[in-house]
Amino acid sequence: MTDAVPTDTARYRQRWIDRCERYGLIVVWLVVIAVFGIAQPATFLSWANFSTIFGSQAVLVVMTLGLIVPLTAGDYDLSIAGNLTLSSMTIAVLNVHAGWPILAAVTAALLIGLLIGLVNAFVVLYFRINSLIVTLGMGTFVHGITLWLSNSNTISGIDFTLTKAIIVTRLFGIPLAFYYALLVAMIIWYVFSFTAAGQRLLFVGRGRDVARLSGIRVTQVRAITFLVSGFLGSLSGVLSVGSLGGADPNSGLSYLLPAFAAAFLGATTIVPGRFNPIGSVIAVYFLVTGITGLSILGVSTFVQDLFYGGALIAAICVSQLVRGRQEMT
Amino acid sequence: METLTPKAGIFSPAPPVRGAESALRVENLSKHFSGFQALSGVAIDIKRGEVHGLLGQNGSGKSTFIKILGGYHVPDPGASLFVGGLRAEFTPGTFRKLGIAFVHQHLGLVPSMTVLENLLVVEHAIEPRWFINWHLQEKRAISLFQRFGLEIDPSTPVKRLNPAEQALFAIVRAFDQLEHTPATAAKLLILDEPTPFLPAQDVQKLFALVRAIVAEGASVLFVSHDIDEVCEITDRITVLRDGQIAGSLITNECKKSDIVKLIVGQDVNLSARPHGLERRQEMLTVNGLNGRVLKDFSMFARKGEVVGLTGLIGSGYDDIVNLCFGAIQAHAGTLTLNGTIHDLTTMTPHKSVQAGIVLIPSERHASGIVQSLDVTDNVTLPILDRFGGGWALSRNMMRSRAKVLNESFDVRPRDPDTLMSSMSGGNQQKVVLSKWFQIQPKLVFLDEPTQGVDIGARAQVFDEIRKMASRGTVIICASSDHEQLAAICDRVLVLSHGLLVVSLEGDDISKGAISEACYINEEASMKVALT
Repeated sequence: MTDAVPTDTARYRQRWIDRCERYGLIVVWLVVIAVFGIAQPATFLSWANFSTIFGSQAVLVVMTLGLIVPLTAGDYDLSIAGNLTLSSMTIAVLNVHAGWPILAAVTAALLIGLLIGLVNAFVVLYFRINSLIVTLGMGTFVHGITLWLSNSNTISGIDFTLTKAIIVTRLFGIPLAFYYALLVAMIIWYVFSFTAAGQRLLFVGRGRDVARLSGIRVTQVRAITFLVSGFLGSLSGVLSVGSLGGADPNSGLSYLLPAFAAAFLGATTIVPGRFNPIGSVIAVYFLVTGITGLSILGVSTFVQDLFYGGALIAAICVSQLVRGRQEMT
Repeated sequence: METLTPKAGIFSPAPPVRGAESALRVENLSKHFSGFQALSGVAIDIKRGEVHGLLGQNGSGKSTFIKILGGYHVPDPGASLFVGGLRAEFTPGTFRKLGIAFVHQHLGLVPSMTVLENLLVVEHAIEPRWFINWHLQEKRAISLFQRFGLEIDPSTPVKRLNPAEQALFAIVRAFDQLEHTPATAAKLLILDEPTPFLPAQDVQKLFALVRAIVAEGASVLFVSHDIDEVCEITDRITVLRDGQIAGSLITNECKKSDIVKLIVGQDVNLSARPHGLERRQEMLTVNGLNGRVLKDFSMFARKGEVVGLTGLIGSGYDDIVNLCFGAIQAHAGTLTLNGTIHDLTTMTPHKSVQAGIVLIPSERHASGIVQSLDVTDNVTLPILDRFGGGWALSRNMMRSRAKVLNESFDVRPRDPDTLMSSMSGGNQQKVVLSKWFQIQPKLVFLDEPTQGVDIGARAQVFDEIRKMASRGTVIICASSDHEQLAAICDRVLVLSHGLLVVSLEGDDISKGAISEACYINEEASMKVALT
């Protein structure tokens, strides 16, 4: 029960440790940029390269943001990649084959995303099953529907207005897709940091019983997180269709692991120990910078898997250390 | 053999059981936890083939004693342990080698696995076995069960057995472990509160089994709250009080009242409490509450009254607060607060909090606070809507709110950025109290409010509770800590087997009176329950 009064030097040291944790990833990111910049100044440091990096990763950013909402509440949504492929395919089928106007097709895709979230929430919460296994099944199920709808074919020729609104139009040289992703990040950042809902979400994730006995409607909160991840999953599908100008039934699945890597890596920075949107955005771009740089250097494509897989494990280890330290002190 | 030097006045030497050899003997056993002496100079000698009762209230040191035998705690230096007359060591994890087996209240069975799997789980935990001959093991299990007259199919899942069968099976399983130890081992079976969840007729079956086990040459240490049961089944009794041996008796030579006196002690403390509450209006009524072990429980409380709920383990006193708050669903019952009727079958914590009803739960770490978050986060949880309707939280305002609360509840350290995990239990509990008391609740349920709270903070917690009551809040406190109830309550309700048996009021409340009511009325309620 002694109130240890930390000395000034100890406090000073602690402040520096905190700062390193908070901004470490940004510093490492800048270092990575500098290293590749020195190695390949002509290609890597070009504005076109950065514009590609920022614009092309909006899909991954939105998916990562979709993941951190249920993750904060202690739930996984592994169906989010399947959700992406289904909603992009829905847009393609409705717009190209059925001739729906693009706006109606996009709305339908977003509604399907919400529906997937609703089914996830119902199965997880009504039957009290671990979300990991439910959403794993749901993801594969949804992907099955995608293959069925599309006959396993890529569909192209989607209304150009969507492509224009997402990737062709640029602001400060960067495609609009980047700003959409940033807007989503800002909204989540506001909700996480400045609303009662954000605090409640955090308590549901950290101590479900504490939350319940404090009068928080835990089931309701968890259901909403599944709806949010369902919506953002399909929104990333919309961005994907816009970026590609078509829908591919398979490529969306490869986003799942990078999104988890970015979510966990993002939880080691800005607000260390918590899933946070700004950290997630930085983590996505950090990972992509590394991969782009290496491929410019001529390293084969397997580096992508090494990088994302390694980053996920490393990030989980780091966040475990941060958390362990927080709980032990 | 060493001669023991008992502390004068504390230890009356155990009367010898004629001609019996010692199975397990403990001398000079002491244990302290940071500043708190849980056991001091305890000596017990358990003979071969006897049933030895261990009695004592909560906090008397019973469970510490058992945990030391089980190797969970290491005793203070100077204690000695003898097994079959030979010196042995208190080292963690060796109780199996010494020949001690435990059956705890919750039996330690895995309900979804079969009887046979449960029987073998201990062997499989310690023996590398590369081929399990299930057929042979099943035959062995059947013959083991037959020896004790149990009709249990080894291939049924444990959850399909009724509670009595589960308890009997757990005991037979423990005995089976003892059988595999050498003849020089203690062969001591420790039954830790095995009966609270059993109906009366099944208790008799359990006793028959205990007798059969003793007839096979093992010894039993029977730990219980229940004096009648202990009188019926044991040969000798040791009573613990405040960490010391209050006395040792031969069962058939003593009266029940002697045992009660030994358990409760003589200390009576009358603390001043406010008068005139009787004239105040009733603010809370609970009617026809059914759920868990409770049968048609009803109670009332007046404005500003602190009502204590207590009883022995399994009596249901602690279920009342959880059922009334909606933390556990009730089968039937209503709660009326200030004229508003709440149906307890559909009550949820959310509705309770909305109605100004709060619960300070007993499992602080699991249910009271989130350890990995700081004081600010934890303490502002119920008042988030005050910050711009919950849409414009300001970290600074939340921190200053937490700071004010830390100041008025004397939480140390004062810094609201302190993580909960780095605080002492007492300060954590003060944070929990400040979290809920700031919303000026109409009704507060407390469940063991000073569990794991140090002595200094305990007085502060009492103080805050009384202060809250003086503002007109009704406080219902479930606790097995009779000293605490005597200190804070205006009225104490004692339960037994899910029924209200005694109500103590005003100057009748004392630690001794509450304890006595818990033990004496056990018998009376059994009769009521059976009719």
